[in-house]
Amino acid sequence: MIGFAARRILQALIVMLVVALLAFTMFRFVGDPINQMVGIETSIEEREALRERLGLNDPVAVQFFRFITNAAQFDFGTSYQFRQPVSELFAKRIPATLELSFTSALFALIVGIPMGIYAGLNRESPISKLFLSVSLIGISLPTFFIGILLIFLFSVTLQWLPSFGRGETVQIGSWWTTGFLTISGLKALILPSITLGLYQMTLIMRLIRAEMLEVIRTDYIKFARARGLPDRLVNFRHALKNTLVPVITITGLQLGAIIAFATITETVFQWPGMGLMFLQAVQNVDIPIMSAYLMLTAFLFVTINFIVDILYFFIDPRLRVGRP
Amino acid sequence: MSVLDIKDLRVEFPGRKSVFVAVDDVTLSVDAGKVLGVVGESGAGKSTVGNAVIGLLQEPGHIAGGEVYLHGKRIDQLPYKEKRRLRGRKIGMIFQDPLTSLDPLQTVESQLLETIRTHLPLSRSQARQRAIELIESVGIPDASERIKQYPHQFSGGMRQRVVIALALCAEPELVIADEPTTALDVSIQAQILDLMKKLCRERNVAMLVITHDMGVIADITDHVAVMYHGELVEYGETTQVLGAPEHPYTQSLISAVPRPDIKVERFPVVNYIEKAGTPQKQIDIASHWLGKARDYEKVTGPLVQIKDLEKRFETRGSIFPSRRKYFQAVKKVSFDINEGETFGLVGESGSGKSTIARLITGLYQPSGGSILFGKTELTSLKNRKDVLAMRRQMQMIFQDPYSSLNARMRVSDIIGEPIKFHRLASSNAEVRQIVDDLLDHVGLGAAAGKKFPHEFSGGQRQRISIARALATRPRFLICDEPTSALDVSIQAQILNLLKDLQQELGLTMLFISHDLAVIRQMCNRIGVMRHGELCEVSDCDQLFEAPQHPYTRELLNLMPSLELLSRANLATA
Amino acid sequence: MPFTTNEEDQSTVQNAAAPVQEQGRIARFLDSDLFHSFLKSKITVVAASGTFILFLLAFLAPWIAPHNPFDLASISIMDARVPPVWMEYADPRFLLGTDDQGRDMLSAIFYGMRISLIVGFCSVIAAAVIGISLGLVAGYMGGRVDAIIMRIADVQLTFPAILIALLIDGVAHGIFGSIDREVFAFYILIASLALSFWVQYARTVRGSAMVEKNKEYVQAARVIGIPSVIIMVRHILPNVTGPVLVIATINLALAVVTEATLSFLGVGMPPTQPSLGTLIAIGNDFLYSGEWWIAIFPGLALALLVLNVNLLGDWLRDALNPKLR
Repeated sequence: MIGFAARRILQALIVMLVVALLAFTMFRFVGDPINQMVGIETSIEEREALRERLGLNDPVAVQFFRFITNAAQFDFGTSYQFRQPVSELFAKRIPATLELSFTSALFALIVGIPMGIYAGLNRESPISKLFLSVSLIGISLPTFFIGILLIFLFSVTLQWLPSFGRGETVQIGSWWTTGFLTISGLKALILPSITLGLYQMTLIMRLIRAEMLEVIRTDYIKFARARGLPDRLVNFRHALKNTLVPVITITGLQLGAIIAFATITETVFQWPGMGLMFLQAVQNVDIPIMSAYLMLTAFLFVTINFIVDILYFFIDPRLRVGRP
Repeated sequence: MSVLDIKDLRVEFPGRKSVFVAVDDVTLSVDAGKVLGVVGESGAGKSTVGNAVIGLLQEPGHIAGGEVYLHGKRIDQLPYKEKRRLRGRKIGMIFQDPLTSLDPLQTVESQLLETIRTHLPLSRSQARQRAIELIESVGIPDASERIKQYPHQFSGGMRQRVVIALALCAEPELVIADEPTTALDVSIQAQILDLMKKLCRERNVAMLVITHDMGVIADITDHVAVMYHGELVEYGETTQVLGAPEHPYTQSLISAVPRPDIKVERFPVVNYIEKAGTPQKQIDIASHWLGKARDYEKVTGPLVQIKDLEKRFETRGSIFPSRRKYFQAVKKVSFDINEGETFGLVGESGSGKSTIARLITGLYQPSGGSILFGKTELTSLKNRKDVLAMRRQMQMIFQDPYSSLNARMRVSDIIGEPIKFHRLASSNAEVRQIVDDLLDHVGLGAAAGKKFPHEFSGGQRQRISIARALATRPRFLICDEPTSALDVSIQAQILNLLKDLQQELGLTMLFISHDLAVIRQMCNRIGVMRHGELCEVSDCDQLFEAPQHPYTRELLNLMPSLELLSRANLATA
Repeated sequence: MPFTTNEEDQSTVQNAAAPVQEQGRIARFLDSDLFHSFLKSKITVVAASGTFILFLLAFLAPWIAPHNPFDLASISIMDARVPPVWMEYADPRFLLGTDDQGRDMLSAIFYGMRISLIVGFCSVIAAAVIGISLGLVAGYMGGRVDAIIMRIADVQLTFPAILIALLIDGVAHGIFGSIDREVFAFYILIASLALSFWVQYARTVRGSAMVEKNKEYVQAARVIGIPSVIIMVRHILPNVTGPVLVIATINLALAVVTEATLSFLGVGMPPTQPSLGTLIAIGNDFLYSGEWWIAIFPGLALALLVLNVNLLGDWLRDALNPKLR
């Protein structure tokens, strides 16, 4: 177990290192950082001094090492647009994104998994076909258009739910703000969470269905039926458990993707999270924010993958116990 | 009263264009404590009979006629729930492949417990006790410890024992075994067959064994039913049917079975199943392209000399050499193959025999040792031109007729590719002519060239493979289990074809097989392999009459005896 | 292990029994199981026709659109924000109304779909070429080459397409400065879409190539002495086209959606060459003031296009998957 986890952590670190290299390359070589930081009236001497002070004349390897050390301490430099430390900007916006992502992930899992199981077990039933058609519409409608439709329907036409923002939030601790504790905060969450979670939900549902259909064809399921086991046992103890391995992989990937997809939803609903900030950074070529966001998403992703790998370890005995 | 009675069974699979009748008008019965064998070749419908009895026909297949009785009670029309209750409780089933029959994520214990408790009103601890007894009775030592393990911790033979234990969980009256030993090695096959025979007698169970293997039939069955294209052609006591077959199909089937105890010059030609067995147009080999220009350098001594050949595969990679793990597939093997002879390599799975073939042809790089072909040392060839010159002289025929041909290429392109690649013909027209002649010569006819591989049956595809191998005009041909995927009657035809070609072209052959009987029919000298080592090399007859190595003796002992089988139609050599 | 015989192999039986007649390619296709399963699935037939019609409308836009939305002479700001014909204050010239600059919505949608599809096709082709080549090499060569290519793919998978596209866009702008967005937007889009989608092809082709590589027909080709490059192109490539076709179809839908999303976010096609996404972005600003048609109609067109293509892809995946037969 420890060896297994250690190997996975090592792999995760390598991925993070590669991403850091990308982020660093972007940070250092896309445009001249000095030009972004100073005004036009700054003299060449002053620029040189600043360059020296920031260590931009050091060998690239040294700069990269400094970049990683700083990043490990959540120091990503100063935003070009806001002239504030990037880490502070992110800290303010992380709660909004995480609450939105968490709610939609929950929605995707709670609705997607049972639908997938049902459709996999009852391949020919009309309800399964309905699920499948709905899911196809779900993956065909672009996320932002779903958002627009929902706003048009529930905010503009019916005026039931707010179309933008987080509603009232409550401060918890020094920097976390939550929308979970107020009515308006919860109401504001509904439309964005559905928008964000719908795509993942349909993907999860379709995946579970497809895996179920494959597992049901295997010899051990046929043998379980030939032993006269009741359908309940065959379907849930044998079939479902065996579909879990691939399902967990993809689900992990999808949950990681939610955070990145939040960019779109946050734009449609003017949700004050880091995706919205990232998008503004892209439009204004605010490289420090872009590279910080890159590393942050990579980190979340790698963490989720690590958890998935550990879950495997508990589900699949072939990883746990060796052959005699 | 018999345990199982099948009357006029008919099973249909409605297809898009027509209804496929898999089983038609089959009447059988099995008594308690007796074993009935159902034998037939691919597509005979024998598995369908078993699936119909237990009610597990694959959609859209269904029973279209006839009746099935278990202890006199009709079961084919029972509703789903009652049918399910019969499964496991009254009828047990054993599948072919033990590696895929068990749920990989559940311990053996939990699979046994759920089955026992589904059918019998036992408490958890009683069920556990019973599970341990069952595992002991199928011959797995340390039962109380081993049932806590997962399937992947058991070997193939042990898993099949677990599968048998699962089938016997609730003391069924009837056990259906569908090719129970086909996926196993000879030595394990013998053990499993013994176990099944013993359990059948001890527990007074009626057993229906479905198989394509005459050896299994001769070994354990009391009665046998021979099926052909969905119909029952002969049914009776095993000794009677095998010893004095009445139906022409049974006769030809039995005459096509290779025997370890007699060597035949040619197998009798069986035209009962597949028609495309005779050469369409004889070509005169001596004056034809195929026979001409066999201007290979003369060799003195053996054509192929293999010395201390070794191959290891890395099973666990690591950046630290000390932590890498290897599997030694071939260990210091040395043997010679003389020009014009057929050298046989025999052994169980994992013995390294196929690895040797791939080392000689250059598909694998050896880890040590030397391979001398004529005067050329193959392991030290660097120059691409020299490599190609060698490749041209040796060709290989593979085991699986389905994957050994590129499904996206026409047959004429498949066979023409080596001719064009090695520039063995001067024009495209000549290539076409040669391909047509080759197809004629292997018995398919030139018209076959325009088709794609999927339009042919397994035996026909193997003929295409042979034509492709001949297309470089090789002097040395390696046959790696060329017939083990084929039905016996088709196997007989392909073996005949290989023998003819060898005589006509003076080919040297390396013939690899797990089947001692086939090896005996084909080879002049034989090497026996086990765990990557060559145990013994000797002349064919000597090996069978007076085996030297204990492992060879063991292998020969384990072979199912085919002495029961009729010897009519056989011309012994 | 001794080879296990496949008992109920009906196709073999039928093939051996029935004399194979000479048939033309078309006749054989019309008689094939693939075509039959196509006809049997009504929804697929509808989707195929729908896709065909939409492609036709898009590519023939310059000839069939009632107006030319790019012809500045023909559009007038006086016609701005005219509602669809069935509403009050409509203008019969504009079936689906007009946008804020007086462009006919219907024509703008035809032209926008054309741009969306061109971007989609180009990026799918680019991604397929990159992905198939890398996948073939990785799968066939194995070893270190494989390890490097697949690690790159892993890192790439860490980021969803949309994020990669956004980053590439940001970087491109950082490098080229604020040079003419209208010239480069198209190429930047295709590059970023291709770079985010190649991984799927690479992984699939690699997986199939690894399976095919161990099949005996490839070994037979190697025994003949045929060089690796030719084996990859002539033998392996034709055998992995099935899955590639499925991915390409689904990817076309995904590329169109992603392009639309990027345009909606303001980093895709500029308003002077509007794709469907750009049109929706423009319309989004007028949603609250009641001029819903400017956003909703292009959105519906987009949804219809993507849905049809997805339906085709879905059917293709099931029809080509031997396990589900």
